[in-house]
Amino acid sequence: MNKIVTNLEEAVAGIEDGATIAIGGFFAAGVPRTLLKAIIEKGVTDLTLACGSGPMLGAVNELEEMVKNRQIKKVIDSYGLFRSATKGSKHAFEQQIRAGEIELEIYPMGTLAEKYRAGGAGIPAFFTPTGSGSIIENTTLTNIDSNRKKKETREIDGQTCVLEYALKPDFAFIHAHTSDYEGNLRYRKTARSFNPVMAMAARITIVEAENIVPAGELDPDAIHTPGIFVQRVIKVPRTSFNITNL
Amino acid sequence: MKKFEGLPREIIALRVSREIKDNSYVNLGIGIPTLVSNWLEGRDIILQSEIGMLKTGPIAEGEFIDQDLINASCQAVTEVPGSVYFDICESFGMIRGGHVDITVMGAFQVNAAGDFASWYNPSRGLEGVGNVGGSMDLAVGAKILLIAMEHVTNDGKPKIVRELTYPATAKKKVSKIFTDLAVIDVVPEGLVLKEIYPGLTPEDIQSITEPVLIIAPDIKEIEI
Repeated sequence: MNKIVTNLEEAVAGIEDGATIAIGGFFAAGVPRTLLKAIIEKGVTDLTLACGSGPMLGAVNELEEMVKNRQIKKVIDSYGLFRSATKGSKHAFEQQIRAGEIELEIYPMGTLAEKYRAGGAGIPAFFTPTGSGSIIENTTLTNIDSNRKKKETREIDGQTCVLEYALKPDFAFIHAHTSDYEGNLRYRKTARSFNPVMAMAARITIVEAENIVPAGELDPDAIHTPGIFVQRVIKVPRTSFNITNL
Repeated sequence: MKKFEGLPREIIALRVSREIKDNSYVNLGIGIPTLVSNWLEGRDIILQSEIGMLKTGPIAEGEFIDQDLINASCQAVTEVPGSVYFDICESFGMIRGGHVDITVMGAFQVNAAGDFASWYNPSRGLEGVGNVGGSMDLAVGAKILLIAMEHVTNDGKPKIVRELTYPATAKKKVSKIFTDLAVIDVVPEGLVLKEIYPGLTPEDIQSITEPVLIIAPDIKEIEI
């Protein structure tokens, strides 16, 4: 089964206005920057970027382009704001959030990881103790008042647990170190992070890989993401970026 | 309110490092907790980083910076013999599942019940959202949760308070508080003042701490 596509247009084909796209990576590491550039080029709007831990703060140039072009409707994240409040308040991204032009929906990082896992694993919802004793017991965290939803809780083994739902994005953008023709993936070091679980969660998973090898080249015992979770793979150059100070 | 000179942030971190026993798996949060790693050389302590790494090595510099290797604070770090990488679900399995021995976090406020607030910064002026990151998972899964922070805010207000005025990260989870001026145990009876900055009195610490402190019979100067 050959999943390799040869140009970026083909890689991001079928992504329309209003799509929800999971963006792999964690801050600067493992972010699919080339696929983000392709979506900027494509110019689709009303996008929901389903993130894990600030990949758009890591890929800040791509974020700035998308904010300038007003392509983002909503960001789901655990750490979506610049660490420095002073820097953040001056940034166009945060200004659009403050103005309610971009919705920011926040979950605890482990809850968000599990929402993707549940989405990929066919579990519609789950109870977690994370957030008990905080306002997360009562409400979703969002800057848009009217979108705050009441949460359900249940006492399990003497612990208040919060009901959280699976998250199944339309697409996932994944950055891998190596893919074979069949979309079996290996990641490198901490660039793994949210990538495998997002690859599992999305309906269509699109991978940018720094290296592409024939099937059989990767040790079957050492594959991080089995190809069944992957629909398209494109080869991208290994480009250097700054590990930004958030 | 009186302003007291205390330990620099690096030395608060040193004091915290003394609290961590060898053979522990430890997660260090952003801020003063990150500095604890500077004091662990030669110790048999394994750092867990929520990005998906066990046995995080020292900060990388120059040619040793690898763009695929950062810690959860987005600092370039290094790999050491025994380092392991894994995905985010496995990472939070370790955290939420109670496999990490000691968690060190910063806080805006802590109260006598061991509740603490760390994720929402009201000065940011954004209603309803903030950088929760891994803080709530780390707190709920912590076997021992240590807080490392300045004793008072920049404008001198107590951070150890009767009632949290910022939204909580978790409740009844804090075991011990390390500040620039004191070390305080959180016990069912309240807050026990165990160690104080040399030259200060328990009354000095009480004057900048809202809940009434229980003075430990064996109270001593902070050992560093």
